[in-house]
Amino acid sequence: MINKIVGTAAEAVAEIFDGATVMISGFGEAGSPIELIHALIDHGARDLTIVSNNTGNGHIGLAALIENKQVKKMICSFPRTANSVVFPELYRRGEIELELVPQGTLAERIRAGGAGVPAFYTPTSVNTPLAEGKETRIFNGKPYVMEYGLKADFALVKCKIADRYGNLLYNKTARNFGPVMCMGASRSIVQASQVVELGMLDPETVVTPGIFVSKVVEISNPLSENQLIKENRRYPWA
Amino acid sequence: MGINENKGWSRDQIAARIAADIPDGAYVNLGIGLPELVANYIPQGREVIFHTENGLLGVGPSPAKEEVDDELINAGKKPVTAIPGACFFHHADSFTMVRGGHIDICVLGAFQVSREGDLANWSTGEPDAIPAVGGAMDLVQGVKTIIVFTQHTTKSGEPKIVESCTYPLTGKGVVSHIYTDYAVIDVKKEGLFVREMAPGIDFDFLKSCTGAEIKLYES
Repeated sequence: MINKIVGTAAEAVAEIFDGATVMISGFGEAGSPIELIHALIDHGARDLTIVSNNTGNGHIGLAALIENKQVKKMICSFPRTANSVVFPELYRRGEIELELVPQGTLAERIRAGGAGVPAFYTPTSVNTPLAEGKETRIFNGKPYVMEYGLKADFALVKCKIADRYGNLLYNKTARNFGPVMCMGASRSIVQASQVVELGMLDPETVVTPGIFVSKVVEISNPLSENQLIKENRRYPWA
Repeated sequence: MGINENKGWSRDQIAARIAADIPDGAYVNLGIGLPELVANYIPQGREVIFHTENGLLGVGPSPAKEEVDDELINAGKKPVTAIPGACFFHHADSFTMVRGGHIDICVLGAFQVSREGDLANWSTGEPDAIPAVGGAMDLVQGVKTIIVFTQHTTKSGEPKIVESCTYPLTGKGVVSHIYTDYAVIDVKKEGLFVREMAPGIDFDFLKSCTGAEIKLYES
């Protein structure tokens, strides 16, 4: 019997090891698996390389993971946002590495990693500082930069509905990096707002096929980052 | 607003001027900040579909306060709505639309634009700055037509249209049109051509606050 459902977020992240590369879904708050990230803080794995579009907000979620000194390196496209305070401070002190990747290149690198494509060429970043030191090649008279596919040991992803096979549906623009990260990681750990019986999801509308998912934990009322930031909350909870 | 105050077009007038040139049926991506204003001025009777790179085609107006949904946002992470006929998709599909040449027009802000259409809009290159690029480099390479929406000069009066950019580039030779508070300028192989000037702006004044050679179509 296949049953990817686990009981708690702690159980879901227990296998994450020191030095792992972890993809974390979300575009700002939308789609960020805050309960899984907090479980990873409790778990304590260190020297992580995190692949995520941003670097978290306030002192909760991804920002709290970084603040707790568990992250050695960030691979992301936009490390500063209005509420991003933790990463900029550590970066300026030289205490965290940054690999800056254009957003579309980041998505494509993750998809390529998941599809077994080791590298590809793109015109994005040609003639800019982000192409420095990278192989370039001319196709049909136009220059392209070579970018490597990106794989991870784990992905932490938030979705709306899942079944025990790991088939997933998302919610609006919270989908963002979730589907490609499930493909790009060896082990994808998902928090779903609702777990339903097999057969309840219309096979025509499944967004992430269960083959890309390793574990699902039901978190029926996920915390709102926005609300926590308004309340000036920190994780671990004071 | 500084030196530019009370001269030329207002921000909303620039937005309306850009919107007037967006054809019916276009798929359009609006950059974060000033370009977002363009959505307010699409002329009646035209159907334009707005794309946001975080996974929505068919971005609608801002929601009423009680309808704000933290999981329905635009690339600037502001709450939006989805129009009837909208669709959601993941990031790789979204950037396939961008990088694969499926989006018709993108409107972006600028620190500098050069005579040859080079764009600098992601980093001032200051040593203390946290570098952040987002989707800008993908948009300028992949979208068919890149429009720049900017004040003609910086707050301190320095030209933003320059011979060559001093800030780190977002892309080389990527800009097609520049809309500022003073003028509409087309970027062509033969140079920068002034298509239109705002009321009260003359060509000599425009030249005095532009850091690259500009030409009139007549000459």
